[in-house]
Parts: sequence; structure tokens; C-alpha cells
Amino acid sequence: MSDQVLNQVLIAIIAIIVAPFIGGLLAGIDRKLTARLQGRYGPPILQPFYDFFKLLGKSKIATTRTQFIWLISYLVFMITCLVFLVLQQDLLLLVFLLGFAGISFVLAGFSTKSPYSHFGANRELMQILSYEPILLLFALAVYAQNGSFMISTIMENSTPLLASLWPVFIAVLVALTIKMRKSPFDIATSHHGHQELVKGIMTEISGPYYALVTLTEWYELVLVLGLIALFWSNPLWVGILIALAAFILELLIDNINARLTGGLMVRICWAAALVLCVLNILYIYFMRGVA
Amino acid sequence: MGIIQKSQIKSPWILHFCNSSCNGCDIEVLACLTPLYDVERFGLVNMGNPKHADVLVVTGPVNYRTARVLKNLYNQIPDPKMVIAVGACASTGGVFHNCYNILGGVDKVLPVDVYVPGCAARPEAIIDGVVLALQKLSKAVGVAK
Repeated sequence: MSDQVLNQVLIAIIAIIVAPFIGGLLAGIDRKLTARLQGRYGPPILQPFYDFFKLLGKSKIATTRTQFIWLISYLVFMITCLVFLVLQQDLLLLVFLLGFAGISFVLAGFSTKSPYSHFGANRELMQILSYEPILLLFALAVYAQNGSFMISTIMENSTPLLASLWPVFIAVLVALTIKMRKSPFDIATSHHGHQELVKGIMTEISGPYYALVTLTEWYELVLVLGLIALFWSNPLWVGILIALAAFILELLIDNINARLTGGLMVRICWAAALVLCVLNILYIYFMRGVA
Repeated sequence: MGIIQKSQIKSPWILHFCNSSCNGCDIEVLACLTPLYDVERFGLVNMGNPKHADVLVVTGPVNYRTARVLKNLYNQIPDPKMVIAVGACASTGGVFHNCYNILGGVDKVLPVDVYVPGCAARPEAIIDGVVLALQKLSKAVGVAK
């Protein structure tokens, strides 16, 4: 029994250490691939790590101390979510924790007096409004299919979720675009030096605090790609390949799309993705009723 | 030589500020970001936010209105930071020298690290200027030579 506990603690620690490296590398691939798609040579693959360490070395300009606390809680909740995933715990609880992580980031934006930061935080709230129901319905669809919210049940199941939940998969891809802050849904803040509303929710976050947010975003990327890998969890390498393919697809979508307005984002997410999820869940229950 | 010092010269994020320039140099600064010159291969990113920037790139002569803004922007950039004056006007005042509303070059207001002459400064010269600034920064943080 204690061996098992030790094993789980070890898995969690390895995941916490390895995830930022994977996330940083993926971010580097993102920047390189985006540059190539735009006909540029692009920065080295390790560029996100240079940026990260440079930001750590900058002097601290904190506008409020509250902001720092919310940023820390954003990081801690994200790490907790990742631990939930690798230890194959409850999917529903994971989604709720992810929601609270997002809210912490919004509160970090609201804790300063800068109007740009407030604009960004409002837009981040709109993004949460768009993707949170999708993730919640994803968890419910898994329950409808497997009769359990546990990720361990998904891992044991030999038939992949993708076979019966492919409409939910499409909806989760939309959520991935929002979570990665990519066009057309990068309305709160964006990468690659785009400038709109100064820097959105990131406006007042600078130096080491920016590095903290970067770290959290790497954890977030690994977590969301991990959730996508669950769609083909047996064998897991197929799922990981699907997640990487989804990542590349997002980069392509990012480069061929302009930014949408916030209202349009909510409408598209609710009208298309949410309906797909609901129809999928209803279909599963209907087929069970027939059989 | 720590990893932070090494990273500092590999990821300079620039903030571009136009004083009262004729916009000739501004177009050349933006030309550096195009696929032809692509400064992002050196890790340079054009930031719109002084709080995220490392290098302040200033074009045009300083007048009485922009001096206050320039100082404000400079103070918002976290240390370590560099200032590059791009173009003849930013370096000395150029053709606007001794105008009734002009203070002169950027060095009348801020400590300038690198001067990039030219009217307008060519993109190659601007990239040279940024590289020079990075060498200066690396000496300041104790990485190099």
C-alpha cells in the first residue's frame, strides 16, 4: 500500500518537473513554425527558455501585492490540475479546478487599476464563458460513455473515446484554441508581439511575474494537450500523436485567421461547439435507451 | 556567467517610440521585422508595452511635449535596459536642430547607449545598432570579453 503511494508521489513529481520543459519546447516549435509559415527564418527552438530566464532577471515592478498572490494561485491550481491528470483522478474535479485557475488569472488582472488590464480581464472572463461549458460537457460526455468521471476508467477502456465522442472532440479543439490564446480567439491577450489594448490582461504583469505566467501557460498547454490525448488513451501513444496533430492544426489556424470580436467568439462557441456536445450526449443516452 | 545573464543578451524585446520624427526612420524600424530582415531570429520582439521591454528604440528629435512622455516610458521599463537613438534627428536633432520647439537629440533627456546615424537609418544599420547594444549589455551584466 505504501509502495503504491510512494509510486504516485514519484509520478506527480516527475510530471511537475518535466511538463514545463515539454511546454517550453512546444512554445519554441510554435514560434519557429509560425515564422516559417510567414516566410521568416524564425528564432531558435529554445527561444522561450531564453525569454523565461531573461524575465526572471528583470527588476520587479509590482503595482499591487494582491496581483502576485493571484498569479501564484493561478500557477498552483494549474499544477494541481496536471497532478490530477497524471494520477488519473476525477475528470469533473479537474475541470472545476481548471475553472478556478482561470478565475485567479482574471482576478490578477482586476487587482490593478490599469484600464487596459481591466479590459483584458473582462475579455478573459468572456473566454472562460466560452470554453468552460465545453470542458464541463466533455466531462459529462465521458460519464455518459463510461459511467464514471475517473480518468483511470478511461485509461482502462479498450475502445477509444474518439469513436463515440468525435463531436465532443471537435468542440474540445475549439476550447484548445481559446486556451492556447490563438487567433481567431486571442481576445484577452496574445503572443508573438501582437499589440492590441497594449497587452490586454498582461499589461501590468512584468519581469519575474511575467515569467510566472509563462510557466503557468506551459503547464496549461501540456494539460490541455493531455486532455486531448485522453480521446485515444489505449494505446496512449496514438492519443499523444493526436494531441500533437491538434497542436500543429492550431498553429495553422492561428496563422490563417484574423481575430474575431468577443461576442462572435461566444456565439460561435455556444452555437456550434456546445450544440455538438449536447447532441453527442443525448445520442449516447438515446442509443442506450434503445439497446 | 549565469543562465540569466546569458539569456538577457539572447532575448531583447524592443519598445519603439516616435518623438517628432518624419516617420522615415519608423518605417525602417518596422522594416527590420519583415521577412527580409527578420530580427526575431535574434530573439527580438516588438513590444507595445514598456513594462515588457528591454530596449527602447527612439526615433526623431525630442520636443517639449514628447520629453515628458519619453521620460515616463523610460521609467516604466524594468532594469536592465538600453536606449538606442535611431536616425540623425534622434542622435543630434538633425535638420530640426535649433528649432523653437526642439530640445535636441534623445541624449538631452535620457542616457543613450547606442547612436544609429543616417537619414533615414537603413535597417542593416539599425540591426547593427541593436547588436552593439547587446554587446554593451553583455559587458554590463558581465557575460563577455
